[in-house]
Amino acid sequence: MPEPVLKPLACFHCGQDVDAPGRWTLAIDGQAREMCCAGCQAVARAIVDAGLDDYYRHRREPASGPSAVPPELAALSLYDEPEVQSRYVRGEGDCRETTLLLEGLRCGACVWLIERTLAAQPGVVGASVNFATERAVLRWDPARARLSELLARVASIGYRALPYDPQEREAQLARVARSLFRRLFVAGIGMMQVMMYAVPVYTAAPGDIEWQYEHLMRWASFLLTVPVVMYSAQPFFAGALRDLRARSPGMDVPVALGVGAAFLASAWATWSGRGEVYFDSVTMFVFLLLGARYLEWLARRRASRAVDMMAAALPEQVHRVAAAPAGLDEAALAAAAIETIPAARLAPGELFRVSEGERIAVDAVVVAGSTAIDQSLITGESRPVPRVPGDAVPGGAINAGSPVFLRATATADHSTLSTIERLIERAALDKPAIALLADRVAAWFVLALLVFAAGVFAAWWFVEPARALPIAIAVLVVSCPCALSLATPAALAAASAAVTRRGVLVASSRALETIAACTDVVFDKTGTLTLGRPRVVAVDAPGLGAPGDALRLAAALEAGATHPLAQALRDAARALPAAAATGIVLTAGRGVEGTVDGRALRLGSRGFVGEWLAGAPPAVGAREGAGAAASPGGREPGAGRDEGGSEAWLVERGRVLARFELADALRDDARAAVDALRDAGLVVRLLSGDRPETVAAVARELGIEDWRAGATPADKLDAVKALQREGRIVLMVGDGINDAPVLAAADASLAVGAASALARTAADTVLLSPELALVPALARIARKTRRVIAENLAWATLYNLIAIPAAALGWVPPWLAAVGMSTSSLLVVANALRLRLPARKGA
Amino acid sequence: MEALYLLIPLSLAVVAFAVWLFFRMSDSGQFDDMEGPAHSILMDDDRPQAAREAPPGDRPR
Repeated sequence: MPEPVLKPLACFHCGQDVDAPGRWTLAIDGQAREMCCAGCQAVARAIVDAGLDDYYRHRREPASGPSAVPPELAALSLYDEPEVQSRYVRGEGDCRETTLLLEGLRCGACVWLIERTLAAQPGVVGASVNFATERAVLRWDPARARLSELLARVASIGYRALPYDPQEREAQLARVARSLFRRLFVAGIGMMQVMMYAVPVYTAAPGDIEWQYEHLMRWASFLLTVPVVMYSAQPFFAGALRDLRARSPGMDVPVALGVGAAFLASAWATWSGRGEVYFDSVTMFVFLLLGARYLEWLARRRASRAVDMMAAALPEQVHRVAAAPAGLDEAALAAAAIETIPAARLAPGELFRVSEGERIAVDAVVVAGSTAIDQSLITGESRPVPRVPGDAVPGGAINAGSPVFLRATATADHSTLSTIERLIERAALDKPAIALLADRVAAWFVLALLVFAAGVFAAWWFVEPARALPIAIAVLVVSCPCALSLATPAALAAASAAVTRRGVLVASSRALETIAACTDVVFDKTGTLTLGRPRVVAVDAPGLGAPGDALRLAAALEAGATHPLAQALRDAARALPAAAATGIVLTAGRGVEGTVDGRALRLGSRGFVGEWLAGAPPAVGAREGAGAAASPGGREPGAGRDEGGSEAWLVERGRVLARFELADALRDDARAAVDALRDAGLVVRLLSGDRPETVAAVARELGIEDWRAGATPADKLDAVKALQREGRIVLMVGDGINDAPVLAAADASLAVGAASALARTAADTVLLSPELALVPALARIARKTRRVIAENLAWATLYNLIAIPAAALGWVPPWLAAVGMSTSSLLVVANALRLRLPARKGA
Repeated sequence: MEALYLLIPLSLAVVAFAVWLFFRMSDSGQFDDMEGPAHSILMDDDRPQAAREAPPGDRPR
């Protein structure tokens, strides 16, 4: 037998018992100190890091309260210190923003309470709580409010709020999981044992069991129920107390009242030997309700896991090249000195090295070395994608190949992964209207229920006093306001998990609602339906004889350019012997000039090369410049070609050498996606700025009947508005950068393939991996979510309408009430979990 | 039926022991990961060549 438990250590910060010695420690004043939880450790670390460990030397008593962040203590004011804030707080000037980790969230009413309380504080610009990920985004004016005060206010209404830290998050999740599981176990054992003693009483005829044995069994049931009520049901009592103190009734209040009243009445009956006992109802109720809560918590945890993984993924440090050598070749860089610095300090333009297997901390461009990167965290695809010097890599990808040297193009905070995280959190800013409504209704419902239960009790007291209490308890217990509060959050959490897992980023939760109601889908062409990567499809070389020579010369001229058309020409000439160009001069928007093999050449648009000829080259199937207007500076400077199908001319003075025709291929899954959307009952349209021939060909291939070519951004905006005037609800699919005004005007918007320019995207939803098949999938999930929410709300209303009157009339014994309430909650959560299932054919 | 006076308290004692045992197991972290062990039985347990040369420790299997 192990020895009896020693007197537990006391937490150095707050004085509470340390349940797990050695788990949370911190060195203070050179000595390792034990803490009771990650929260105390976080606060202690913040105190020590800010150089304020004098606090520990001079304090008179430990921090008060079981929660590690006592409001009245200087510890919270630490979060006002600039050093501490630099780690957790973003933004400048009169609007700071931070992400908080919340503890103690139970249901939609908690969310509403915290948001309302914070919004009422002076100086708070906005506060929004994401129930699924248990985080809050808080924006405030530092001149009018201090972060510590706001944290204290949240603590005063009974919720713990700490600046979000991924390790703290992990610790918090582990704590909650363990505690919930233990309570569930105790409740389960209690329930089974008490049922064992209750069954003989149910099945025996009155008088069959001798009184002393029944009395014995009652006492046994009582002893078994005590730990269930004291330990397992504790979250309900704590929640009810919190709700009452905040004067906003939540679903814990009727539960606590019901459990408390039933237990006390049964205890009295046991001691006095008179009356009925309801221990079986109490234990069953606590067990089933805890089970529902556990399931709901699991669903929420899965939803936030995607975001948590992203948060934990970014590396803290990078290996910077201390002094950039003059020649940017691999040998010189490999010999350069490397220093390790925090990732947050790497500035754009600096060089750094990433070894194989390491994660890339910031968005960057490959300078030397070639490798393959794994972008699974961003796009969901784990197949490594090759990258060579000149290619861009997103922050958050893993270097799956060999060591490379990169030049940073953004800070860690603005890199792809961080931006994705922020967009996901910002999705909570727009709450679906129906969720807000359900929360309000739930609060009123509870109040009305309490009044009604009191009335029922009084009514039965005059009719048949012995039944008054059990009936009142049944009324309290059978009602299920939680189904109202759970219906929407559970469904949204499951839907966002399902959607994020497939590589779709939802930046606004109203988007899901709107997409479910869409009638029309309008596609942009270039970059959306097409790959956005032109290929050389035809080379016409009257002046050279061999097309290959023309390609060689063109590729040489475009050697350093990053424009996609330059890439296309280089790709086409890859198999050919390389030529070198000297004296390269790039004219933005028009073309490039240089000398190859002693010949002075120009490569570019008709206007550009026309300057070296007597006039513009013959219009060999050439297109008008109408398309050029439709790309307002969104393209990088290069030869003056526009989006989509285009041409490039190669000339030397006085002579046309060649003409290249480049085309942008359709995505493989475009046809299937358009068909699927049509099958779902949506009208598909095509809007493009490119020339009519190209657009017509694309529309024909995809089976789209309504298409428009040569549209300027203003034309596109008008087209969308015209559709909306007809009463149609429009989903606009574009590349997110060039179509910003149109995307904003549409009811819902989706950006495809904009993963690299995420920060500038104006769309509601973003496809992180360029799979068009995700568009119909998104529409389907959105509709299913809407259906599930409606089903849940309908069920909650129907159940309450039937069950409460039945209980008031005395038809529902307390144990049945317990079963009913818990089953109802479980059903709502389980229905929402259906959203996470992969779609069946025809679903 | 007088046996009930012995049996019922005895069963309470057994339940108390079971709960105590559960709490001890929970403390040791056994229930923290409910999904991992299901997958790990499918994974290879062979240790690499170098480790096999060394005398095997008394690893509980």
